This record gives sequence, structure tokens and C-alpha cells, in this order.
Amino acid sequence: MFQFILKRLGTVIPTFFGITLLTFTLIHMIPGDPIEIMAGERGISPERHAILSAELGLDQPIWKQYFSYVGGILQGDLGNSLVTKKPVVEEFFELFPATVELAFLAALFAICIGLPAGIIAAVKRGSIFDHTVMGVSLTGYSMPIFWWALLLMLVFSVNLGWTPVSGRIDVSLWIDHVTGFMLIDSLLSDEVGAFGSAIHHLILPSIVLGTIPLAVIARMTRSSMLEVLGEDYIRTARAKGLAPWRVIVIHALRNALIPVITVIGLQVGILLSGAILTETIFAWPGIGKWLIESIGRRDYPVVQGGILIIATLIILVNLLVDIIYGVVNPRIRHAK
Amino acid sequence: MNKGKVALSLSIASIITLGLSGCSDDKAAKDSSSVAAKKPVSFVYCSEASPEGFNPGLFTTGTTFDASSKTIFNRLVEFKLGTTEVIPALAESWDVSEDGLVYTFKLRHDVPFHTTKDFTPTRSFNADDVIFSFDRQGNAENPYHKVSGGSYEYYNAMSMGSLIKEINKVDEYTVQFVLNQPEAPFIANLAMDFASIMSAEQAKVFLEKGMAAQLDVMPSGTGPFALQQYQKDSLIRYAGNADYWDGAPAIDRLIFSITPDASVRFAKLQNNECQVMAFPNPSDRKMMEEDKNINLLSQEGLNIGYLAFNVNKKPFDDVRVRQALNMAVNKPAIIDAVFNGSGKAATNPIPPTMWSYNTDIKDYEFNLVKAKALLAEAGYPDGFETNIWAMPVQRPYNPNARRMAEIMQSDWAKVGVKAKIVTFEWGEYLKRASKGEHETILLGWTGDNGDPDNFLAVLLGCDAVGGANRSMWCNAEFDALVKEAKTTADQAVRTDLYEKAQVIFKQQAPWATIAHSVVFEPVRKEVKGYVIDPLGGHNFYSVSLEK
Amino acid sequence: MSEVSNNAPVIELRPLTPLQEFWKYFSTNKGAVVGLVYIAMMIFVAVFADLIAPYSPIEQFRDALLQPPSWTGGYLLGTDAVGRDILSRLIHGARLSLFVGMLVVTLSLGIGILLGLVAGYYRGRIETVIMRLVDIMLAMPSLLLAIAIVAIMGPSIVNASISIAVVSIPHYVRLTRASTMTEMSKDYVIASRIAGAGPLRIMFNAVLPNCLAPLIVQATLGFSNAILDMAALGFLGLGAQAPTAEWGTMLADARQYVQSAWWVVTFPGVTILLTVLAFNLMGDGLRDALDPKLKQ
Repeated sequence: MFQFILKRLGTVIPTFFGITLLTFTLIHMIPGDPIEIMAGERGISPERHAILSAELGLDQPIWKQYFSYVGGILQGDLGNSLVTKKPVVEEFFELFPATVELAFLAALFAICIGLPAGIIAAVKRGSIFDHTVMGVSLTGYSMPIFWWALLLMLVFSVNLGWTPVSGRIDVSLWIDHVTGFMLIDSLLSDEVGAFGSAIHHLILPSIVLGTIPLAVIARMTRSSMLEVLGEDYIRTARAKGLAPWRVIVIHALRNALIPVITVIGLQVGILLSGAILTETIFAWPGIGKWLIESIGRRDYPVVQGGILIIATLIILVNLLVDIIYGVVNPRIRHAK
Repeated sequence: MNKGKVALSLSIASIITLGLSGCSDDKAAKDSSSVAAKKPVSFVYCSEASPEGFNPGLFTTGTTFDASSKTIFNRLVEFKLGTTEVIPALAESWDVSEDGLVYTFKLRHDVPFHTTKDFTPTRSFNADDVIFSFDRQGNAENPYHKVSGGSYEYYNAMSMGSLIKEINKVDEYTVQFVLNQPEAPFIANLAMDFASIMSAEQAKVFLEKGMAAQLDVMPSGTGPFALQQYQKDSLIRYAGNADYWDGAPAIDRLIFSITPDASVRFAKLQNNECQVMAFPNPSDRKMMEEDKNINLLSQEGLNIGYLAFNVNKKPFDDVRVRQALNMAVNKPAIIDAVFNGSGKAATNPIPPTMWSYNTDIKDYEFNLVKAKALLAEAGYPDGFETNIWAMPVQRPYNPNARRMAEIMQSDWAKVGVKAKIVTFEWGEYLKRASKGEHETILLGWTGDNGDPDNFLAVLLGCDAVGGANRSMWCNAEFDALVKEAKTTADQAVRTDLYEKAQVIFKQQAPWATIAHSVVFEPVRKEVKGYVIDPLGGHNFYSVSLEK
Repeated sequence: MSEVSNNAPVIELRPLTPLQEFWKYFSTNKGAVVGLVYIAMMIFVAVFADLIAPYSPIEQFRDALLQPPSWTGGYLLGTDAVGRDILSRLIHGARLSLFVGMLVVTLSLGIGILLGLVAGYYRGRIETVIMRLVDIMLAMPSLLLAIAIVAIMGPSIVNASISIAVVSIPHYVRLTRASTMTEMSKDYVIASRIAGAGPLRIMFNAVLPNCLAPLIVQATLGFSNAILDMAALGFLGLGAQAPTAEWGTMLADARQYVQSAWWVVTFPGVTILLTVLAFNLMGDGLRDALDPKLKQ
């Protein structure tokens, strides 16, 4: 087991450096000049331009910039934002909790609805319910989510006024930034109704972000359940006269869930991609919006650093899934 | 600078610890404010983006100025609300020497600085604060010069470094600025955001404590609102300054709710989640007019949107071609489709609300027949091929450059000029434009200080070629007039010079002047006393809420 | 997305030809048939866009800005902010979307198959390098990677397609490699190797045809992903440039009319949704028809 983990870790390190090289190269191939953007319509004299590039380290040869970048990474320093001049790491972790909170609730929403829907659809295969679930989930899977977000916002926030339009919490409430997770911070504050307000603000964005994972989970659960329900041991259990729900919950579900869990693990990347659009529309102060804006401003250190941290997290999540999988299923551990 | 150094072998645990350590405890500031008022009046403004920081000297965007100089700070002199007239602020009065080189300011007494969570001022505002605020930006030896990435773009752009010879403290409440050459717009420059006065005492205390960078994060100012809390991309909180020298503001809590999308901002305004919103979509204007809960304020903005012809490139070196294409721009159509009616066709390079605007000048009429004839006269009877550069960003002076370009493209095609619309990423766009790679380019300008020099010299002067002069147009006669006006103190004489300069401009047609936008801002009907700033900022000192 | 089974189909010998057999399974899935019909219709519309569309997609009717949809007003689905007929733009947009889908799938499928075959055939160091690259690309949120690539090449419809193609390559590589590895251990491959067939011949003549089924399914889904991703890029202003009628770009321009002119926002969104749905339905049907596991 230990060897298996070591082996997997061994592949992670070169991947990590590959990512640093790829992000660095990509970002530096993007045309555009952060200094010109700062100067705007006014323009900037070539002398002043040279002074500023030297200050920002942009006048160094590209390979030197890369090595000083990697050197910084090894010390945990991802550089400073060109715009706000603050450390990238600091800004990232200031905004990251908002994204995690949103992604977590979206995943929760997707699982809580997708899992039971998939199970029931599988058990009642061919029923109207099955067809509805499959139809709806395929529609959800086909949804352009930025459009979906606009529609929901228009209907529920603007026309019906049921949900707030954007933001994380009612701004008249004073919430201290303790953990960065609004649901926790609102409980820690002494403002009345803060937690309710935080939940209220999370509803629409989580639904939007959770739509595609919900569809994927429902479909996966259904097909996985169908496969398991066809296995001999289930037939045996049924033949033995066990109560149908017992067969489903205790015998079938346990085995059907393994591939579903993998799929949920794979949704992390999809959630983060989706978060970019969702955050942009709902003005959610997370890293997706931050990265998009930073690309627009050519804030190299932010884009590089942000992508690097996200990619590292995705790799780690995948590693974790692999390891759990290896623990659950010894066959995988010994394969290859 | 507090570097958040983290080993990158991040475990979940370390993420959480970081989240904890990276944040600040704002409890103290909060308590001090909520004790004072029993039922505080909260006012929410939906702003368009996060400020880059809270020191207006370090940055150049209006967003940052709204969040810092307009709320936290004051300047020696300021623009009277809703106008470009300069009035006394932290300076009660000033004198200018005969030769226009020495400016002496008498400072206001007993102006307190805000108490913030890390800093309690022990003295009120005096000459040291003025000297520190300018010395930091201009003097590379100042211990704060390099702090927070230390680049002072506005200070440089307004040539303050070469203009100011020295700043002297005459006594506690008297400061003298000595200039290297006379500069008529100098007082207006001092009313600009970058000239905000910061606390020298806070700077000193923070430097001693080794937390210099905090000065730009949680500064203490003299302004109507004190900064309390900032959550990036989410909100900024201020408390009304009860001891403000000009009287306490009517609102106790001011909140900036950061909302980048204009449609979302409007939706929030409709839901009363905010009371004033920044930069509405022109297309929502009709709905705003119809909404009973919303008052739509409007004012002509101090801006100009233009199409610049690159006079270094053929055929735009020929004045007849420039004039012909001026005649082939359908301004009413553009104002309808691009500005949704909230714009005004532009004749001169300065907006009509600005002094010295020459009302005698007639614009080129939209006349494709004449345009075609003039092109033929210039030797292009069948037109030619060219390009129109369209900005990739939205600006008040041009809400949709691409659409504007499309309209021009289709009208130019009728006189045989086949134009290709070109666009680049914004930084690339500006860079290539200053190198003069374009043939014609859409761009614009919003005034900084209400002085005509800020338009005519900055955008059309010979010194600005390679910078903000996108036509690369250098006309000796025009340039001489503008330069003379800059060093003349008498406004009547200056007006005369600028009026003459505008005549030359129109005849030479280095630009097709397109439009001055009308800035409109929707506010909830409960809001009283809100005034649109012609310079594009947002001020909340005068605002109150009616039940 | 890649729920596709990695097993190659084992075509059982029956009196039916493979095509007939395929159709027999495919046609039992009503959704898939609906999807197919929709796509056929779309292809028709795209090909004859010039004849079908009532107006030019880029002509601006300046006296008819933001006309609401009406049967009698001349603009069935209304007009946009500069007076262009939305229906005509949607019809011409279909052409563009099909073009994008085609370009993306061809590029990513081609490169993906090549890399996958090489990795699966040669194994060893080449495989390690290829798969590590795939891992790196999969570790980055695909939209972010696509945005970065578009930012490098400049926003245009072709560049956006290339960037989408690049980010979807890894899925094809993984799929092809897995199938190749399975096939490589089969007797017929070993036999042809002993018979002296060269690597190219084995890869393209023996192995590839036998792993086509999952690839076809993936390619169909790739079509729908391409359309969605293009819409997202267009929405962020990085796709087709004006005045080209592309659905996502239409939505991006329309975003500011969410409240004042619903039709400008609704129709492009619905069109994207239906088209993507049609491809997904067809993909499902293809999978059911091609995947031997589900045939029983």
C-alpha cells in the first residue's frame, strides 16, 4: 500500500513542474502589456515604461524570469499582483473560501438530488419517472450555464424577488472575516439572521453551478445501479426473499456507489470551470472571477499563481481519490 | 509587506490556517462605530469593481478614487460638488506670486484624522501632512517612496516632478509650493485625487512599528468617511466621520457593494439592495425612466469619444481625406445605436460644459455626396482600403466601440472606403496605437481636472505624439497657442487662445469628433442630495436617505 | 463526460449487416432519433442558410431597433440593438456552430488518436511523456486553459475553435490509448505482428478500426461540448467577433438587454440548448447501439 502511494506521488512531482512550465509559457505568450493597461488612454512615455518594467522585473530575459519564478514557488512565494501589489498567495486564500463554499454547496445540491433520482430511476426503469429524470438530466447537462444563470436570476430575483440578486450576504450585516467561509463567519458574528441571509444568497449560484454535476451524477448513478441490479448476487438476494428496499439499499447501492464516487471526484475540475462563469455572473467574490479579470489585466503573477494552485489542488484531489480507490479495491493497487 | 509565504505542499489543514491568519480582526473598529449611533443610517452603493488599493497616489482608476480619495481623504483644494470649479478644502486660502512661481497655502485648523483600528491620531492636520503626501510621491529618498510597489503614475503624468521645485513649511499652518515654470492648471492639478493628503503621523508610527505597507491598506484620512473593512471583490465599509470639518455626513454607514456586471447592479437597485449604482447600461435607460422607485439623474460628462486619423499614414496625411471621412460619419445613427440616445454629437475636442468651448464652430455635415466629391478631389474617386481600430473595452465616452465601428464601416463603404474593423486586447491596443500602427482608431478621454489644457495639450499637443496623441498630429500653430495658454494666468486670455486653437483643429480635422456622452445615474427615490460628478467620480458626502 | 466504455465492440456474426444492426438498435432509442432529425434539420438550414434566412445576418435596419418578435412585423424573432434580424442571425449561426463543431472534433480527434495510438503501441518512455502531458492538461480547468490559449492567439472564431480542440485532446488520447492497449494483447494483433506487419499498418489497419466505436461516441459528445464551450468563450468576448453571427457572441451582446428585451437573450440561449441536447441525445443513442455491453 505504502509503495502504491509512493509511486503515485512520484508521478505528481513531474506533473507539478510541468504545470509551472506550461502556465509560465502560456501566460508569457499572451500579447499585451500590463503597463500599457495601467496607463490607459493617457499613454506612457518610453522612458517611464522602461522604469516600470524594471521595477516589475519584466525586463529580465524570459528564462531568468522562469527560474526566479520557480525559485519563488519553492519558497512558497508566488510573487505580487501587478495591479494591487499584494502577494498572490494572500489574495488567493482571501478569495478561495468563497469558491470552496459555493462549490461545496453546489456539490451537495447535486448529490442530494442526483443520487436519489438516479437510484429511483434505475429501480423503476422504463417508468415515467425514469424517463423524466433522464430527460431533465440530459437537458441540464446540455445547458449553457451562463444563460441558465441569467434566466434564473431574471425570474427568481428580479421578477419574483424571492432571492437576492448577487453577493454573499446582506451587506448591512457586519460579518468579520474569520474563516472566509460565510456560513461559518455568519454564525460567529452576533448579527441576527446572518446565517439565514448567507444561505439565502447561496441558493441560486449553487443551483446554477450544481446543474451539470447533478445531471452527471444522476445519469451515472442510474447506469451503475442498473449494472449492479443485473448481477447474480442481487438476484440471489431477491430470490432469498429479502425486502426489496433492503436489497437496493444494502446490497446494490454499496457497490453501485464506487464508480459514482469517482465521478464526483472528477467533478472538482468541472466545478472550478463552471465557477468561472457562475462567479462572473453572480458577482461572487471567488477565484474564478479573480482569474478572469486578471487575464484581462495581464496580471501575470496572479494568473500564473492562481492556475498553479488550482491545478495542484486538482492533482491532490485526484491523488486522494486514487488512494481511497486503492484502499477500497486492492485489485487496482496491484495492477501494473 | 506581509508576505503570505506558504509551502506549496498544501494540505487541507494548512489552507484553513492560512484562511485564519490571512484575515484581520475588525471588531474594534466596528464597536467604536456602533456605540455612537442608536439607529445608524446605512447607505449602499453598487460599485463596478474592487479598488486596487486605498492610496489614491499609487493608482489611476476611478474605482480606486471613489473608494479612497472621495471618501477617506481631502485635498488642499477640491472641486465643488457637481462642477469643475476649484474651491478651498484643507487649504482655507492661497496666494500666487506675480511671476506665477510661488503658491502659498493657508491651511485649515483643527481638522482631525480618523481613528482606525491600528492608529489613534494624537494631533490634527498640519503642514507636515501636506509635505509628506507630496514628498512620498516625488522624492525617491522618502522612506515611503518604494512602499507598496511605489509607482505614482498620476504624479508623473501631470509632470509634478519637473514642475515642483520645492515645497516649504513656512509654519504649522502655511505651506509654500515653488514651481520651476509658471503653470496655469496647477491649482486644478492639486484638486485631483492623487494629491490627497495622508497622515504623516500615521506614516511615522507605522514605519517605526515595521508595518509601513499597512498605511496603504487601512489609511487614516480627514475625509467624510473612515475606512473600516474591506473584503476583496465583495464589499467596502465606511463609517461616517462625526467630526468632519465641514459637518458630519447624514449617513452613518456607507457600504460599497462590489458588483461588476451592470445588469446585476441594476437588478440590485430595483430590489433596493443598493441605493445608487455606478455605470448603468445605456440600454436599461428606458426601464429606469419608467421605474417609479428610481430617479434617473443625468449630466453631460466631461468627455469626448473620437476617431483619430493617423496623419503619418497615407492617405490621411491629406487634409481633404480627413475632412471627407468626417462628412461620412453618421453621428445621429451612432448616438441612437451606440449611446441609446444618451449622447451628444461632438463638434470640438473639448466638451461644451468646459470653459473656452468655441460655440461658433460648425460641425461637418453628414453628406455622402460631398464626401465622395472631396475624396475624388484628393485623388481617391474610388475610395481606398483602410482599417478602423475598435477598442475592446467599454468606456463612458464609447459604450460599444465595435458597434460604432460597424456603423462607420457601412457608411464609409458608400463612399468607396472599405474599412476593416480591427481589435486587439486592450494593453496591446494601446501599445500598438502609441507606436502608430493604426490607420484610424476609436478612442476617447475623460477629463482629469476640468482644465482645457487637459484635453488640448494632452491629446493633440506635439509633445503627446507617441503618447496620448493618437493622430500623431503636430501642428505648429495649434501647439503654440496651447503652450502659450498653459503659462498664462489670466483666464480670459486663455479662453481666447483655446478658442483659436479649436478653429485650427476643426479645419485640420485630425479627428472625427464623435460624441460627448451624457452620464446618467439611477438612484433610489429615497436618496436625496446625490449629485453627479462631471469628472466621473462618485461622492456620497452630501447624500441623505428619506423615509 | 467519458462514461464511454473502453471495450471494443465485438461484432457478432448475424444475418444483418453491421449497418442494419446498428440502425436496429439506434432506432429503438426515440430520443436519439429525435436528436438525429434535429441535427439533420440543422445541417439543412446551415447549408441553405442564404436561401432560408429572411434577411442578411449583418444588415442593420436602423428604423427597427430592438423590435419584439411578431408574426406580422416582418421580424419573426425580433431584432437586436442595431436592428439585425435575430432569426436570420440564428440561422447563419447554425452554419458557424457546425463549422466549429467539425473543426474542433476533427482537430482533437485526429491529434488525440495519433497520440493515443503511439502511447498505447510503443509504451515505455514515449507513453510516459504523452500521458504526463495529458495529466498536466487535465489538471487545469479546461475553460481557463482555453481562455489562455485564445488570449495568446487573439479572439476569433478559428482561434477559439483551436483552443477548444486543444483542451479536448486529452480525452481522446486517454480513450485511444486504453483501447489500443486492450487490442494490442489480442491474438489477431499478435498474429499480424508475427506476419511482419509494420507499426503503422498495425496501428491504423488493425487496432484503430477496432477501437472506433467509443471514439465515435466521444466525438459526438465532443460536438456538443464544442458548441457549449464556443458559446462560453463567445459570452466572455473571446469567440467570434462582430458582426459575425455566432450564438454565444449574440448572447454576450444581449446580456445588457436581459431586462429590457427578453427575446434578444432568450432565443440564442434556447437554440444553443436544443442543439447541444440533440447531439447529446444522439450520442446516447450511439453509445447504446455501439456498446456491446448494453446490447444484451
